[in-house]
Amino acid sequence: MSLDPSYLDYPKRRRGMDHDYYPYSSLFDRKPVQWPDDKRLLIWPVVSLEYFPMVPNDDPFRAPEHMQTAYPDYRHYTAREYGTRIGIYRLLGAFEKVGAKVSVATNSVIAERYPQLIADIVSGGHEIIAHSTDMNGTIASGLTEVEEKALIEASLAALEMATGTRPRGWLSIARSQSFNTAKLLTEAGVDYMCDWVNDELPYAFQTDAGAITNIPLNHELSDRQIINVQQQSVDSYAEQMMDAADWLLAEAEHYGGRMMPMHLTPYIMGLPYRIGSFEKLIADLVERTDIGFARGDTILDSWMAQQ
Amino acid sequence: MSDAQKSDPGLYDYAPYRGRPKIKWQDGKTCAVWVAPNLEYYELDPAVNPYRKSWPKPHPDVVGYSHRDHANRVSHWRMAEMMTKHGFPGSVSLSVALCDHIPEVVEDANQRGWEFFSHGIYNTRYSYGMDEAQERAIIEDSITTVERATGQRIRGWLAPALTHTPRTLDLLAEYGMDYTCDLYHDDQPTDVKVKSGQLTAIPYSLEVNDHYGFFIYNMSPRDYADTLIRQYDRLAEEGAQSGTVMCIPLHSYLIGQPHRIGPFEAVLEHIAADGRAWITKAGDIVDAFRKQAGGVL
Repeated sequence: MSLDPSYLDYPKRRRGMDHDYYPYSSLFDRKPVQWPDDKRLLIWPVVSLEYFPMVPNDDPFRAPEHMQTAYPDYRHYTAREYGTRIGIYRLLGAFEKVGAKVSVATNSVIAERYPQLIADIVSGGHEIIAHSTDMNGTIASGLTEVEEKALIEASLAALEMATGTRPRGWLSIARSQSFNTAKLLTEAGVDYMCDWVNDELPYAFQTDAGAITNIPLNHELSDRQIINVQQQSVDSYAEQMMDAADWLLAEAEHYGGRMMPMHLTPYIMGLPYRIGSFEKLIADLVERTDIGFARGDTILDSWMAQQ
Repeated sequence: MSDAQKSDPGLYDYAPYRGRPKIKWQDGKTCAVWVAPNLEYYELDPAVNPYRKSWPKPHPDVVGYSHRDHANRVSHWRMAEMMTKHGFPGSVSLSVALCDHIPEVVEDANQRGWEFFSHGIYNTRYSYGMDEAQERAIIEDSITTVERATGQRIRGWLAPALTHTPRTLDLLAEYGMDYTCDLYHDDQPTDVKVKSGQLTAIPYSLEVNDHYGFFIYNMSPRDYADTLIRQYDRLAEEGAQSGTVMCIPLHSYLIGQPHRIGPFEAVLEHIAADGRAWITKAGDIVDAFRKQAGGVL
């Protein structure tokens, strides 16, 4: 038994990363960031607004939480639709109560199917981030560059048509990218992406088409991860978010401004028995004068101005 | 190797928990506690091993890779500072290529007085399918790389991503390693039957590993902290009969997340304040065990 001799070759074993997208950097060695209005911690709510076609596509992969039974999977189709009819309005209502402006990562077909919802989000002062076309618009290696470019453009164009503004941010489905994604986003004029979770502040990400900023949307602090995947209660979710906020605020005293992503899913957090706990959480957070809520583009512009 | 040998690898003799010789830790402590941070490097686009996929998704696995990269950019620093604050040294399970990629992290651990053992070259390169020369090459690479980067001669091994061959333990002993972290059969050290030299299995733990806590058992951060405290309390109590060992295996990209590190601090405070814990490093536990038990277990 032996492996191919090349298995013990390490062509990228060198100082720094094993790729050229970004250099190594320790969060604790960087110039401190100052947020607007003297906030020490900015909470970045990102709501995923998704449309799951009832015929799922497995190429390149089936989106998490997509259809699961034989056709017709009314169970999952309608349970996801609950989010775009009811859950999203509960979340928007919760944010209105505390005056928070948030980012909404939107499948572009939502703009075509539910224009009233998009109008309500925009008129509420929230930001639209592009989130592919629909939940069949997954990206991974194997997708050709031409196909991926078309998918990104279709998403951006439809959202621009609906809102009058070209989205500045991009979230991939399941944060899954190909080796081309960052370059194609840069070429399409996108200012930031949310897929890489390796940091807790924005950082510059290099591509052959120039730089794009990555704002890390920590997948572990999402309602999907904590409530659906790890099967914990909404009260535990709220406790974990408060613990995270407490910790980051303490760090901010020594190291400068911190940010905390809050990734939400309308069909998960927007249920009647969960929303009350969530409303209490954001009410508790907003009571503290050193905590603010911010859209992704606000965080991006503030951070960029300090680089 | 015969089928019978394959079925029972004969790593150690059966030794029931009752009636064992008394192991005494220093100063009357009942439980030797060691913290094992995994300082790792995962490759974005690794070479393919025919026996195991490196990433569950097609490369690049953005979430898989960047989650682990969080360790070196953010969470190592958070975790290490907390351990130092409460007086816990690390015994590091090291992807030795980290010495090349991010020497800042390795130097930080070395300056804190932590001990290093090898966890392979990368955690995306597996021992499955290696011939003897290849396995010798990764052991020799580990020894020389860590010595060059830290001045320390490694004394132990945790197989890369827990991938072994049937000859791994014999080779470790032949190269003078003192301990393996790959066997999970006991709460006290055990000498392993090897062809030459002496090799001690030090209790590591899958069950209270933060990865198991958070991703196998789906514990909340506070549930995990409570689990560690219960594990410690029980081992410290039983250790009055014969000294026990508790390992806390950590991955900074998990425990160093902002929602987990606060609850975890309560664990270190509890153990440090209890008075029954010998808070130490892996090599010191193995040395103390060998001096008195002589490998009887």
